[in-house]
Amino acid sequence: MADAHAAEHEHGSGGATYVKIAVVLFVLTALEVLLYEVCYGESMTGLASLGASLEPYFVELLLLLSAFKFWFVAMFYMHLKFDMKLLSWLFTFSLVIASVVILALLALFTYNRGLWWPGGLW
Amino acid sequence: MTSTTATLAGHDGHAAEAHHTSLPIENRKLAIWVFIASECMFFATLISTFLIYRGQSLKGPLPADIFEVPLVTAGTAVLLFSSFFVVMALNGAQEGNRRKLITWLSLTVFCGVFFAGMQVYEFSHFYHEGLGYSTNLFSASFYTLTGFHGAHVTMGTLWLATLLKDAIKGDLPAGKALNLEIAALYWHFVDVVWIIIFPVVYLMSLRS
Repeated sequence: MADAHAAEHEHGSGGATYVKIAVVLFVLTALEVLLYEVCYGESMTGLASLGASLEPYFVELLLLLSAFKFWFVAMFYMHLKFDMKLLSWLFTFSLVIASVVILALLALFTYNRGLWWPGGLW
Repeated sequence: MTSTTATLAGHDGHAAEAHHTSLPIENRKLAIWVFIASECMFFATLISTFLIYRGQSLKGPLPADIFEVPLVTAGTAVLLFSSFFVVMALNGAQEGNRRKLITWLSLTVFCGVFFAGMQVYEFSHFYHEGLGYSTNLFSASFYTLTGFHGAHVTMGTLWLATLLKDAIKGDLPAGKALNLEIAALYWHFVDVVWIIIFPVVYLMSLRS
């Protein structure tokens, strides 16, 4: 039993923390869908003015909400917050490379789009 | 760096000689993290491909014609809850609480099956709506990205199901909790990939 408590202390988390994180994740997902409904859905026409003001930031807000969810899962469920720093660095390093790959490919293809798709610059 | 040979003492009192390692971390745990790092780059290329081809299809069906947000939202919620369930199962395994382990792990496996089933239903529905793999750029990039993710979910579900079988047989004591921790790390990674896919593929595509 002492070992169980030690393991819990080692990970700094127990059932109560996991429940709180689950609630946060669920709320963030609901906010994502709500944001879409307010901006583009047909079921919330009463919030049209709010939707119009949020619409220019739709993508940024979605990515922000996703980043929060990603952070909570990685830090608490994957225990990165409590495990050795090497693992955090390993994961962060791979995420940086992955982000650079996505941005580089998007930049490259957007720049050259006219060459490869009809109706482009060339 | 000085090499060390660690001895892991299990919570059930059994001691197990760990693999020879020069780092203060179990080799299998480091290996799954390296694998997860490589998977990040794998999914980065698939997400890039989807984003590059977004809005470039010359004929339909297009995302706005076929996507069903409520269904996918339900699938997303189930996958998020499965991450919670597996971490509770791991908690049970580390405590040596077999009943807690089996209960939460069963729920995790059920969620995995539900999500895979949701994706099979979604794909077959899209196919009957006229969206084959080679119908347009959207379909090819969509099926490739979500299909690979679905394959990862299926593999993860099978992995967790084998651990559930071990737990039921009593072969997953606290001393072997690392077996579940490694599978749980993979499962959480599958979850965080979906956390990216859900807004980028579904919600942003509906907007365009």
